[in-house]
Amino acid sequence: MERLPPLPLSKSIEIAYKSIKVRFFRSLITTTSLVLAVAFLCYIQVCNNLANALFLTGEPTALQALVKAGFDITPQTTAIGEDAKQQWIVVLSLLVCVVGIVNAQLMAVTERFREIGTMKCLGALDRVVLLLFLIEAAMQGFVGATTGALLGCVSGILSSLSSLGTALFDSFPLQTLLLTMLKATLTGCLLSLVGVIYPAIKAARMEPVEAMRVEQ
Amino acid sequence: MQHSIVRTTDVKKSFQLGKHQLEVLKGISLTISTGRYISIMGPSGSGKSTLFNMIGGLDKPTSGKVFIDEVDIAQLDAYELAWLRCRKIGYIFQTFNLIPVMTALENVTLPMTFGGTGNDEAVERGMGLLKQVGLETRFSHKPSELSGGQQQRVAVARALANDPAIILADEPTGNLDLTTGEEIIDLLKQMSSDRGVTIISATHDFKMLNVSDEVIWIRDGRIDKIEKREELNISVGTIDER
Repeated sequence: MERLPPLPLSKSIEIAYKSIKVRFFRSLITTTSLVLAVAFLCYIQVCNNLANALFLTGEPTALQALVKAGFDITPQTTAIGEDAKQQWIVVLSLLVCVVGIVNAQLMAVTERFREIGTMKCLGALDRVVLLLFLIEAAMQGFVGATTGALLGCVSGILSSLSSLGTALFDSFPLQTLLLTMLKATLTGCLLSLVGVIYPAIKAARMEPVEAMRVEQ
Repeated sequence: MQHSIVRTTDVKKSFQLGKHQLEVLKGISLTISTGRYISIMGPSGSGKSTLFNMIGGLDKPTSGKVFIDEVDIAQLDAYELAWLRCRKIGYIFQTFNLIPVMTALENVTLPMTFGGTGNDEAVERGMGLLKQVGLETRFSHKPSELSGGQQQRVAVARALANDPAIILADEPTGNLDLTTGEEIIDLLKQMSSDRGVTIISATHDFKMLNVSDEVIWIRDGRIDKIEKREELNISVGTIDER
């Protein structure tokens, strides 16, 4: 008996892309929670980045503005970073986001039981199905996380501008902000992949005959 | 004696339903030779679909063996099983089971893609197959834009995509009206005689009997009887009264 050649990656990407395109609104819902969580993460960090840059100028007016905006600055302060409470909220929001993604992806797998079973009958290997779901999640993750990072960055700058004033632009930390956005985007992609692992394994392990049994 | 494409020896299958052990197949041995048009007939719950899944390599028997082309399919690994499903067997389902997000042409070329055929060749052969089933003008339509009969035609074309030796059809006319069902039966018959494909179909559609070379009656998990075409002609008058 011969063995099936592996499906080329470009073909898998093509199928995954079409699948997302056709189910655009469905994908949008899955992605929205990710966009919001990444935007929140990015927003918090961008605000801190901007405040820190302002703080490091050491100008008395800048320090005054920071204190007025609610930052705790004592003579011992060397930098402004996330405080424990902020970290907690960010971690919680990311956790909720992952649970949301797992939930949405499980629904997507259930909706596509018959489709997955049919593909397996036509000769799709477990790993092909797994890969399809991972690629879809990576695409959604990338688009969602990038959107979220942009959204978070823009709103972070606007909000800091209103609380700290235009002095912000004298010490604008462009490089730090870009790095923050990159980190937030990567975090988002990672979360999207983490969220899809269990649903994807579930889909891949399904026996084709089980998929056929499901009534529509 | 022709080469046997499918052979089963004393296949049994049990399902665990709560505390009960339900034996659906109670020892089925049959031999199907190449190029025949076989119907598996039997009331619902007779084990017809279970047997069908065994032959298609979709499910494993509890005991007994299934040979496709004289290869025991229990011995195959995942890659070989996928190859078998992809290249050797074409499936047709009662509910059509086209991939809803793909066009008719993409549905037909999908098994070729899985089988490693290049894009251009797949499209060319896919269009040829759609032409054979009379749907060449609707290649860009999604399944939701096609009627039931048309969807099943696409499914027939898809089943033929990799030039399989066997086509397994599970109640192919079950969701179709009388005339459309007849069209699909004629199409299957034509494919069987043109290409020498072995067709095995599970059905309770009596229209199927007229085109079958052999009918296997399943009752209560056992083979009730096997009728050849010649014998069938004699008993056609009484079939409806069963």
